[in-house]
Amino acid sequence: MTSGPLLAASGVHVTFPGRRGAPPARAVDGVDLEIGAGEIVALVGESGCGKTTLARTLLGLVRPGAGAVSFAGEPLAYTSRALKAYRRRAQLVLQDPSGSLNPRHTVYEAVAEGLRIHRAHRSGAEERAAVAEALARAGLRPPERFFLRYPHELSGGQRQRVVIAGALVLEPELIVADEPVASLDASVRGEILALLLRLRDELGLSALVVTHDLGLAWNIADRVAVMYLGRVVETGPVESVLTAPRHPYTRALLSVLPESETPPVVLAGEPPDPARIPSGCRFHARCHVLASGEAAQVADRCRTEPLPVLRAGGGERGVACHWAVAGDGG
Amino acid sequence: MSLLEIRDLRVTYGSGAAAVPAVRGVDLRLEAGSKLGVAGESGCGKSTLALALLRLLPQTARLEGEILLDGEDVLTMKWGRLRAVRWAGASIVFQGAMHSLNAVRRIGDQIAEPLLVHRRATPAEARKRVGALLEQVGLPASRAAGYPHELSGGQRQRVMIAMALACEPRLIVADEPTTALDVMIQAQILRLIERLVAEESLGLMMISHDLAVLADTCDRLAVMYAGRIVEEGPAGEVYRAAAHPYGRALSSAFPRIGDPASRRAPRGLPGDPPDPAALPDGCAFHPRCPVAVAECAEDDQELRVAGAGRRAACLHVGRESG
Amino acid sequence: MTSLAWERRRGSATRFWKAYRSHRAGLYGLAGLALIALLALTAPWTVGADVQSVTNAPGTALESPSAEFPLGTDQFGRSLLGLLIWGSRISLLVGLLAAVLSVAIGTLVGVLAGHYGGWLSTVVMRITDWFLVMPALVLAIVLATVMSRSVWTVVLAIGITCWPTTARLVRAQTIAVESRPYIERATALGGGHGHVMARHVLPNVMPLVLAQTTLGISAAILTEATLAFLGLGDPTVTSWGGMLQDAREAGAVSSGHWWYLAPPGIAIALVALAFTLCGRAVESVLNPRLGVGR
Repeated sequence: MTSGPLLAASGVHVTFPGRRGAPPARAVDGVDLEIGAGEIVALVGESGCGKTTLARTLLGLVRPGAGAVSFAGEPLAYTSRALKAYRRRAQLVLQDPSGSLNPRHTVYEAVAEGLRIHRAHRSGAEERAAVAEALARAGLRPPERFFLRYPHELSGGQRQRVVIAGALVLEPELIVADEPVASLDASVRGEILALLLRLRDELGLSALVVTHDLGLAWNIADRVAVMYLGRVVETGPVESVLTAPRHPYTRALLSVLPESETPPVVLAGEPPDPARIPSGCRFHARCHVLASGEAAQVADRCRTEPLPVLRAGGGERGVACHWAVAGDGG
Repeated sequence: MSLLEIRDLRVTYGSGAAAVPAVRGVDLRLEAGSKLGVAGESGCGKSTLALALLRLLPQTARLEGEILLDGEDVLTMKWGRLRAVRWAGASIVFQGAMHSLNAVRRIGDQIAEPLLVHRRATPAEARKRVGALLEQVGLPASRAAGYPHELSGGQRQRVMIAMALACEPRLIVADEPTTALDVMIQAQILRLIERLVAEESLGLMMISHDLAVLADTCDRLAVMYAGRIVEEGPAGEVYRAAAHPYGRALSSAFPRIGDPASRRAPRGLPGDPPDPAALPDGCAFHPRCPVAVAECAEDDQELRVAGAGRRAACLHVGRESG
Repeated sequence: MTSLAWERRRGSATRFWKAYRSHRAGLYGLAGLALIALLALTAPWTVGADVQSVTNAPGTALESPSAEFPLGTDQFGRSLLGLLIWGSRISLLVGLLAAVLSVAIGTLVGVLAGHYGGWLSTVVMRITDWFLVMPALVLAIVLATVMSRSVWTVVLAIGITCWPTTARLVRAQTIAVESRPYIERATALGGGHGHVMARHVLPNVMPLVLAQTTLGISAAILTEATLAFLGLGDPTVTSWGGMLQDAREAGAVSSGHWWYLAPPGIAIALVALAFTLCGRAVESVLNPRLGVGR
């Protein structure tokens, strides 16, 4: 096992061209992120923060404009052969299970698709055994009963298990899950999340879970990285970040959760446009700490001085905030 | 007299052998100026309940029971009276509201529509009221000239709320108003709803699968499962210490951050929410229930008293509290 | 694994048939097609190839319908009923082949244009537009005139001029299918262009293609009849359009010999109707919602 991180992004920038005449949207604007073997990292943020783009960049589905993604120490090559080989090691689970499965393919075909693309098995019997094992691992037992079913005959939770089985069948080392339980019923969420934890414990599978739900991060993640407008603004072990947040944005997010004890800080307005990123600290325009005057000493820096890219890796805590770094953030 | 009183409501889709009971006997009461939360998952009948309040269900649905809105039974109203009550007596913010806006009509026109229909307002009056409504929900009045695709999800939800308020109803039913919205936008919308309900002394019935959100916003909470209410009581109590095992499961599905018990221990129920066309015998929840006993498979459970102002439909309730 | 695949196919076939059965119009169409196919296939035994022979014509010219010749005779004395049955073979064959050819070209073009997008799509669509604007019949006439007169020319002419409609529809459906999350999943699993197009796009586009084929057959039969009527078909084979042309040349219109003119026309209309009914039933069975079928 390599001692370094399993998947690492360094200085990744992803920019999308703007529509007619509009400036380009800097979806990911400088991210250093590391995921270790057997680790579950939660990438948290609201829509438009770039977490989905970052996840796809880490999987090689999107090519970064600058920076590099490396897996097990080797930088990703973007030739189709290299990417295809990479797919066997890092897999994707999407949000909407009913959209993720081709309605005309049976469960068997959906799970076996990966194997057939990579021509991983010589004989039909081997393929059948691999599919059965993947389905059983994903919690669909007995697997044979599901072979000939179609997605529309299954419930939402079962469909998501099929998608997970389809990812598992290639025996990856890392899974990127984009909102894996957002479309599922509340009572079914727990089972799917427990499945992800079990896979980590039994198979040593690492996971990057992209979500807007902080409770999900609390439930299963080891580390959390909070994103805002294309940058990671706070990172660290889940226990410390979620119980003692230092960045004003993280504090605001946690304060508006129904069960929080702190008075809610409801930020006004919408998350800003990635095509028009404010100068200085990109959060300063909505920052309640700045507005309330608590950050008077560093106010100028907040408005003019951009923050360095945070390294989100290992067990260390990091926060990209002048005020939190300067004094003690509360 | 309560603003809304539902007595033994039953809704069945289809007939004969293919009949699907979506709502199987629901009793609820809502006073003016108070907020009731209805929690449940897919297939529990909560959306059917919401639509039934204004008789918006398709022709194939058969309704029984009584729905008393300010004392008048909606189910036996004449057509003309029903049309008058729709939107002016009670209005609905539909599920998937963000897709409920007509993409080719201006926002101002869509909000003005109920005004023109119910109040017979002149276009000038309607325009003024639309401007006032937009300001009330936190959008600039100039947005009335725009189209839905120019707005974000949260902004569209505000427009839907403005539409629901247009004719000054006494009751608003919000069906999953914040699902699919970000945490911060969700907080903004919930705050807005709370403020409006307080300002106008409206009654609010909010439907959601997120028990935490309901507990935070509403005064009373009712949990639905398979077409029935399985627990009802003051919101905080039901959320923190539910008497019914399903209520407990729903409550623990969204963990409290900071609670070490839920750290790396996601809790869910095995199986899936039941298909209304094929309900289990006895208590509909028993196949998934962690504390089911033999009797649960035979006898259906009625709501029993589980404390002051609380009811729960579980046989363990009577025995524990005694 | 093959046994699983067969089981699945059997299952889908049964489901398809059960759903198809509920469309009364489709069943009539299917019955009509079965009857016509039976007649066409058994023609070598029921009427024999020499029904076309001019030198051994059994009857006298232009007889009215009688017991011996239920539909009368043509200007050479051949039995019209026999000719009608024999002519069905060519009409059906050309109709089928031409429709399959045009739909195959259209599907290929549509899927490639929809999948790759970009400049390929633009170029291809402009070519498609050009073809759409040209009157298909005129183009078919030009082609038939330029090439030698044979059955294959007719098939080619129809196939080459009728593919644009299919291409447009298939391209639109391809774009719709490719916006689904499962396409992204296929790419994430390692699938390349070929895999995505063959395993995902094509099966989801097939219902549309199938419906287009059945509808296209009736259009192709009509076009073939038109071409033959205009004298551009193969003179050595009998087809319904050819019979209409012969009828016109023999002066059947002015002399009121309705038994020469009406049967081929009615036959064409009936076959076209049967295919259309089947096509509409297939379309509604396979495509209740966009891209989702059984």
